[in-house]
Amino acid sequence: MEKNDLIIHLENITFSYPGCDPVLEKLNLQFYRKNRIGLMGPNGSGKTTLFHIIMGLLKPSAGKIEIFNTPAETETDFRKVREKIGLLFQDADDQLFSPTVLEDVAFGPLNLGKTKNDAIDIARNTLDFLGLNGFEDRITYKLSGGEKKLVSLATVLAMEPEVLLLDEPTSGLDDKTRSTLKRVLLDLDLSYTLISHDIDFLYEITDSIYTLENGKILFDQDIHAHQHIHAHPHGAYTHEHK
Amino acid sequence: MFEEPSPKDSIIVRLDPRIKIVAVFFFSIAVAILNRIPVLLCALMLAFLIVLIAKVSIKELIKRLTPANMLVGFLWLFLPFTFAGKPIFYLGSLPVTHEGVLYATRISIKSNAIMFMMIVLVTTTSIFTLGHAMHALRIPKKIVHLFFFTYRYIHVMQREYIRLVNSMKIRGFRAKTNLHTYKTFAYMIGMILIRSFDRAQRVQNAMLCRGFKGNLYSLKTFSIKKRDMVSLVLTMAIIIVLGVLEWKKTI
Repeated sequence: MEKNDLIIHLENITFSYPGCDPVLEKLNLQFYRKNRIGLMGPNGSGKTTLFHIIMGLLKPSAGKIEIFNTPAETETDFRKVREKIGLLFQDADDQLFSPTVLEDVAFGPLNLGKTKNDAIDIARNTLDFLGLNGFEDRITYKLSGGEKKLVSLATVLAMEPEVLLLDEPTSGLDDKTRSTLKRVLLDLDLSYTLISHDIDFLYEITDSIYTLENGKILFDQDIHAHQHIHAHPHGAYTHEHK
Repeated sequence: MFEEPSPKDSIIVRLDPRIKIVAVFFFSIAVAILNRIPVLLCALMLAFLIVLIAKVSIKELIKRLTPANMLVGFLWLFLPFTFAGKPIFYLGSLPVTHEGVLYATRISIKSNAIMFMMIVLVTTTSIFTLGHAMHALRIPKKIVHLFFFTYRYIHVMQREYIRLVNSMKIRGFRAKTNLHTYKTFAYMIGMILIRSFDRAQRVQNAMLCRGFKGNLYSLKTFSIKKRDMVSLVLTMAIIIVLGVLEWKKTI
């Protein structure tokens, strides 16, 4: 890979919450353009923490962060990072704070300095792309769980990021919303990292799966073939992933 | 609990929300300052007339007036007995004073007149239009943001509260007068506070990720029409007439 394609470069990142053992210890990560990575790991292993460090919401106690080949240390550095990297939060209620859907989706573009009309256009197009036309004037807190998740994704996509960080996007979603999400991620020409416990979903939409354990990332480049049994509505059957 | 009724169409629904806020603001100040009961009664009747024009349903009106008037009721329990002045009659050994009764009457009329106007304001304008109108009136950003976020997250907090209550219920909790009950309620309130604090932090993070720099932008544009100007001038004229009546003691 060329150096220009190195988007996120973490070196020896250590982070601990006050009064606890370090969650991340000397963690290294290189994320290149066009990478589609799944991130797994036990609860509390620091997956969300890692995302928050990349976005500059948490400060590591040691280590170096380089994003788009520029060191990111201060809040000003991370402001630029946030224009290019979008984070989808675990809980959609955290992400949606405006009264109406359109206002929420237009919030990001407006912050980026777009005019009101441009922001509205971008918001409408993004909603259309996600199959959410007609949602513009819906009240955000009255949406269903799946709708909230898709609108959250719209708020992130409206900022036209180059990279997406998705924090457990499938948790609590029904099959239909899940497949919409899958279609959107596959259609988009974007690089992304995705935290999930849903191994089937990860196999479907990522190229490699990493595991975060004991404060470090274990690279698991070649996906092993494995066999497991699903409970499907039409009865249990087995199949194989390659 | 926090249902927003869809207003019936009336001339007041169609008014520019900024005009409504300004009118209610000045009317409330005037009513708060006025002191003579006949003038206050005029103000009360005017306010009620506006309630009628706005087609606020009686049910809605009573629902919203009740809490305010419960407070007023408490004042009636104390004011007539504690206010120094000429006694009208005695309740046991407690004198009921003339001044005390007048004072309580004034407060009742004032608060109801202001409540009428407030009810018209909130039932004919959606909450977020109000917020944007406040912003357009150059009310400090922090107050407008506080207003928006309270509105947005009160539902989330209510849901969290209901979740906690349900989880208590399914484990057989019943409120009684004992230490266990108090302790449980204290835990619950503590939990709601901590959760809201965490939530606030997560929301702020989410906003930062989307480039928040301290500004909320409004997608709405307001325009002043002829009827808006007419209503504003009319309200101001009424307020001035009320002031003159008070000052000249004509009624």
